[in-house]
Amino acid sequence: MLAIENITVNYGPIVALRDLSLTVSKGEIVALLGPNGAGKSTALKAIMGMQPLKSGQIMFEGKSINGLATENIVRRGMTMTPEGRRVFADLTVDENLILGAVAQKDKHAAEITKKEIFKMFPILEERRNQRSGTLSGGQQQQLAIGRSLMSAPRLLLLDEPSLGLAPLVVEQIFMLIQELKQKGNTILLVEQNTELSLAIADRGYICVNGRIEISGTSRQLAASSDVVNAYLGIEEKQD
Amino acid sequence: MEDVFSVLIIGLSVGGMYALLALGLALVFGILGFINFAHGELIAITGYATYFLIMSGMPFILVLVFAVLSAMIGAMAIERIAFRPIRNAYLTTGILTSFGLEMIIQSSWSNLISPLRLPIKRPDWLIQFWEIGDSGFSTYQGLAIVLTLISLIALSLFLKKTTMGLSMQAAAADFPVAQLMGIRANRVIATAFAISGLLAGIAAFLWIAQRGSCDPFMGFNPLIKAFIALVFGGMSRLSGAVIGGILIGFIEVGLRTYLPDSAVQFQEPIAYFIVIIILMRWPDGLISVFRKQE
Repeated sequence: MLAIENITVNYGPIVALRDLSLTVSKGEIVALLGPNGAGKSTALKAIMGMQPLKSGQIMFEGKSINGLATENIVRRGMTMTPEGRRVFADLTVDENLILGAVAQKDKHAAEITKKEIFKMFPILEERRNQRSGTLSGGQQQQLAIGRSLMSAPRLLLLDEPSLGLAPLVVEQIFMLIQELKQKGNTILLVEQNTELSLAIADRGYICVNGRIEISGTSRQLAASSDVVNAYLGIEEKQD
Repeated sequence: MEDVFSVLIIGLSVGGMYALLALGLALVFGILGFINFAHGELIAITGYATYFLIMSGMPFILVLVFAVLSAMIGAMAIERIAFRPIRNAYLTTGILTSFGLEMIIQSSWSNLISPLRLPIKRPDWLIQFWEIGDSGFSTYQGLAIVLTLISLIALSLFLKKTTMGLSMQAAAADFPVAQLMGIRANRVIATAFAISGLLAGIAAFLWIAQRGSCDPFMGFNPLIKAFIALVFGGMSRLSGAVIGGILIGFIEVGLRTYLPDSAVQFQEPIAYFIVIIILMRWPDGLISVFRKQE
């Protein structure tokens, strides 16, 4: 579904991603893991056309999406729930969801999607006319994910969905991601929470210093947690 | 007492004009992140359009419609030709481009038409004076209040009730995330310019109705006032532009009315002194006073 081939991204003189390759197949949850500053978020931004590539190729459903504007990539059927939720705080829950469906031409389908989202997140329906800035962090994360789902994406990128949430809420969010997979969604998940991510993902990639160091099925990675932790641990000391 | 009444009407009419201009600045600022100093030139475009259309013998109401539309088309053309190519450049590039545009448009009128003030004949009904006791107001001043009110209501309905309006709010709040929704950047920005042009056209008509002439530099003074109004009211919300514009109008008209004759020449310095004192207390503009209570 998604194939990233040897992408390199620079921030000025700094190399943020070096020859990064990864693939996501239909129906999978793929976790891209790594310490802070490893380039995980940059990878998602590059996929969504928010960060120009220096070299490499990004294929979505067999077609290159290099150089496409973000808004057009969304229309091709892929979107991202950004890090830090970034709901439109001054707009209501309902208005946030309406905006999520801007790319959706079929307004009737959008209404159905919205009903499904309300079924999945009852709290959003309860607070639909409330300013989204007044929601709690966990509720805002639900709204941010719901808003992304409104464009009926075939592939959903999640950037650090558990960041800054209370432990109990973090577990809820991971359960929700699993639920999304059961509903047939394909997900590329960027996280710092290695343990919980590997528990729900099919496969994982460990990214350190802009490079994929190890990859494999979640089971393999969980089994070699010593190696994984070594990579993550070394980076933490350097930080 | 009659004084108070006319200060109220005239203050609102002048303030309304500043508010419409400040709103246009704020709409574009919200999305692109810089003040478009060529905004005042839309007033001159409306002025010359009015002048030539009246000379052509068109009925005044039609002149009004076309002149206001000319500002809207002018704003969209400015966006397409000057600002779109530098969309991803530094903000300073945007500001400098807007200054450059202002100079180019101003000197075009001077060189191609005339640097002098051209009289615009206004219909009698527009300048008719309605007496109320010892004072009163002119038709255009009453009209200014009505048009400002209609524009504000229409704009707020547009922003709240239409998908494009919501998209504009989203783009102003967080542009990259708005694009993640699939909102089309070009369309939202072009619409923001179109609306800012429309508001500028209405403000320009009110300004022309008041002075009955046009010249190449006619947009400069109102633009500066609108800019001050925007900073005074606060740039974090569109309502800041409205509050700032109307208060600047009241301060201006109030000082002109109540200052003793010998001090009237200091009206502007006194007005700005008041603005500066208030900004020292609330640097984010008056709107921040209300927001803290939320």
